[in-house]
Amino acid sequence: MNDILKVPTMAEFMAEGKQPEILFWVGSAGSFDDRAKKITKSFVKILNAIDVKFAVLGTEESCTGDAAKRSGNEFLFQMQAVTNIEILNAYEVKRIVTACPHSYNTLKNEYPSLGGKYEVYHHTEYLKGLIEEGRLKVQQEAFKGKRITFHDPCYLGRANEVYEAPRDLIASLGVDLIEMKRHKRTALCCGAGGAQMFKEPEQGNMDINILRTEDALKTDPNIIATGCPYCNTMMTDGVKFKEKEDSIQVLDIAELIAASNKW
Amino acid sequence: MNYIPNILFATALFFGIGFFAKNIKKLVRNIRLGKTVDTSDNKAERWKNMINIALGQSKIVRRPVSGVLHVIVYAGFVIINIEVMEIVIDGLFGTHRIFAEVLPHSIYGFLIGSFEILSLLVLVSVTVFWIRRNVIKIARFWKSEMTSWPKNDGNYILYFEMVLMSLFLIMNATDLHFQAMDSGNLISQFIAPLFSGLSDGTLHVIERAAWWIHIVGILVFLNYLYYSKHLHILLAFPNTFYASVKPKGEMNNLEAVTKEVMMMMDPNADPFAMPEEAEDEEVPEKFGASDVRDLNWVQLMGAYTCTECGRCTSSCPANLTGKTLSPRKIMMDTRDRLEEVGKNIDSNKGAFVDDGKQLLDDYISREELWACTTCNACVEECPVSISPLSIILEMRRYLVMEQSAAPAELNNMMGNIENNGAPWPYNQMDRLNWVNEN
Repeated sequence: MNDILKVPTMAEFMAEGKQPEILFWVGSAGSFDDRAKKITKSFVKILNAIDVKFAVLGTEESCTGDAAKRSGNEFLFQMQAVTNIEILNAYEVKRIVTACPHSYNTLKNEYPSLGGKYEVYHHTEYLKGLIEEGRLKVQQEAFKGKRITFHDPCYLGRANEVYEAPRDLIASLGVDLIEMKRHKRTALCCGAGGAQMFKEPEQGNMDINILRTEDALKTDPNIIATGCPYCNTMMTDGVKFKEKEDSIQVLDIAELIAASNKW
Repeated sequence: MNYIPNILFATALFFGIGFFAKNIKKLVRNIRLGKTVDTSDNKAERWKNMINIALGQSKIVRRPVSGVLHVIVYAGFVIINIEVMEIVIDGLFGTHRIFAEVLPHSIYGFLIGSFEILSLLVLVSVTVFWIRRNVIKIARFWKSEMTSWPKNDGNYILYFEMVLMSLFLIMNATDLHFQAMDSGNLISQFIAPLFSGLSDGTLHVIERAAWWIHIVGILVFLNYLYYSKHLHILLAFPNTFYASVKPKGEMNNLEAVTKEVMMMMDPNADPFAMPEEAEDEEVPEKFGASDVRDLNWVQLMGAYTCTECGRCTSSCPANLTGKTLSPRKIMMDTRDRLEEVGKNIDSNKGAFVDDGKQLLDDYISREELWACTTCNACVEECPVSISPLSIILEMRRYLVMEQSAAPAELNNMMGNIENNGAPWPYNQMDRLNWVNEN
């Protein structure tokens, strides 16, 4: 498989007078964070491999404003929202997929009342749909015998009650998921939400990501899977803190699917 | 005929219910100090929530031990209250076990038998609750906000229930007429032998005493509610009805902000235009909440509904890792401050006089507010659908939009979003660079 990614922009589609099947909302982390960029690329590899006609906004995309809103800066959030909505509506975007649960939640729940009404999918929901349509087939050799646990991102799970799509995808790899004691609606936060990602935690007796990593380590996993770039960072740091980075990988579901198919 | 007991009873009932009604009026007044909030959406969903969560106890049983025990106490409370109807009629009209006369013996026996079994089960359940609090010392009952009054309050309620249930059984056990019926005395027949050596007269005195203390106890308990965390037995119903029916991740968009943002974004708007006459009259809106009256009435009702079970706090990632934030404390502080504001209004002839205090800083610290990850674990856990998170968000909004008092790192992040469209200092023009990077 060559490594050249085909990532057309909405502007390019527009120039040809076409509409993509779906807009891929990359998000700020997916665009700029080194670890998250790998998730973005894995997801694009899948879309490229099965020839999904998608587009990105590219340099016209801007932060959804999630972290600003949850910090309490409603002005900044709405400025971001209105700017993004203007562009999305100008391109007549109907369907959006994103690999970031924070973008997902904001686009899906908080943009509609500001004039941005779209069908919004988390990439795990979208990939599951592609499997169901028969467009995506997952090879089952790569992860045979591996122990995988799944960390529910708060903004995918509790916030939007998407619990099954990521689990169904892990099942499609032909491996058994080993659940942590706290999972689905009782899952513990990784510690990054509500803009915590961008600040030092308050005084306490441990960091939240360490506690969550301990939850995961109790399942004796080879892989900690998740579906959020921020969770990924927090869990990766937690695994390093526990000096387990040689034996445990923290991977996004998109990375698992892409790797399983050797894409 | 001697009407003194009837008059005494009617008086006790009048004052018991009257005083309670007065406090309920105060409660409603305090809740109405909150801002209005639109709860007209999704009526069907709201009814469903109330029926499932409050009436059906669906969320409390997620933790099975305390959940099942709670269902027993709840069922006992609701069903045994049918017996209170009989007690009230007997008390007012000087009858004795009026239902035994109007209902067939088998049905009366079935009813009282059910009450007796339930009261024994309640007695056992509240004893286990007491043991969980005071012997096993389950962590969530021993957090820093659970000292003094909140701790005692929890135990007093259990003592109340123990005494009321015991009195009900003793009342039945010492009632010769009822025991002679031998129908429905499923539990009390085993208590009756304890009193076997006593004369009929003494038994009658004990029966009467138990009867009186029981009903007066119920009236006292009714009036205790307003001062206690136990208000949830009433407010759980409206609270589950009026709680948000939106996805938990959705946080409301402030309409006042939308107006300003739309104006700023409108290329045709004249930035130097004079405000129109009508708009001029509007009082400038305060963004977010620094005190209880900046919150909406559903949030204030939530504060009165909170029964301090601490399921929120025991699932809060910040609290679990030793931070000062406790979602339960957010609710307790809101109620305490609201009570203080209410008393202030009462003692100042209906108008609030500035007391130099507010919810922010005097009750809830900034450290608590900034520790929240907005993960919704507290909202998910609450058995009566309270959202401590919504209060935290409103207070953050006040800190950021009215005080510009966000932590420095968050100001950096927000500055980046404002200037570069990303929370990090990267140029928006570089947003697609990942495509060609290795």
